[in-house]
Amino acid sequence: MSEPKVSVQKQPEAKQHEVIVKTVVASVVVVATNVVGNYALSRGMHEVGVVESWSPMAYIHTFTHPWVAVGVVFMVAWLGSRLALLSWADLSYVVPVTSFSYVLSAVVAVIYLREHVSALRWAGIAVITVGVALVALTYPETPELYHEAPVEGEEVRE
Amino acid sequence: MIALLVALVVIPGTAGDLLNSAGMKRHGEINDWSPSGLLKLCWDLVRNPLIMGGIPAMAVSFFALMALLSATDLSFAVPMTAASYVLETGLAKYMLKEQVDWRRWTGTVLVAVGVALLSM
Repeated sequence: MSEPKVSVQKQPEAKQHEVIVKTVVASVVVVATNVVGNYALSRGMHEVGVVESWSPMAYIHTFTHPWVAVGVVFMVAWLGSRLALLSWADLSYVVPVTSFSYVLSAVVAVIYLREHVSALRWAGIAVITVGVALVALTYPETPELYHEAPVEGEEVRE
Repeated sequence: MIALLVALVVIPGTAGDLLNSAGMKRHGEINDWSPSGLLKLCWDLVRNPLIMGGIPAMAVSFFALMALLSATDLSFAVPMTAASYVLETGLAKYMLKEQVDWRRWTGTVLVAVGVALLSM
């Protein structure tokens, strides 16, 4: 027998639905915490100015700036939610889908910071959005790899 | 100097993502979102060598990116990191054995191109 035993085992439909809902919720949290965290950090760092010192106290002092502190809290939340998402979703799904944060950051820059957006940057926003949509159409995990279905086909075949 | 910084952004960043992804898959899907469940999760992750390797690697990549941004333009630094998306997808396929179909490949390439365009 050359057929692997369990590697094409499908997840039940209810489980698939649960995975998709969890993935959407976690992805939204990852993107939102990233955008808010980056905005707060960059605003805080601009207000603090360039830190030109090798003294650790100078760096610790920047963390007491309210915007920097808010930024750090959101970046920790970003890291945590991203790890949670990776506990079931493929890396090749998470990396492109969560880069939608670039699009949101650009939109935030236009609305709140009144930055000018060139035609080239609008093209970039459009291309990222199409790419994210394409990856988001795929099922987030490679089920037979990790869950309920240990792939033992190879050993069995020996 | 710039080449070293680019290497320090891309290599630890990619390695960190691969380690974190492998570490979280080894831990298994998170289903318990209660405070006590999340506390136990933190304890599990602290003892997970893949995660404890992955997080410092990402920190190195993050600080190298900060240094690169202060040494070069955004329009140089960001496309460099965008190119690593394609590298990560390839490594996810061959090292993590993920199923990467044409939609993921095309989508990832489009995202990388779009991020490069955004920074111009």
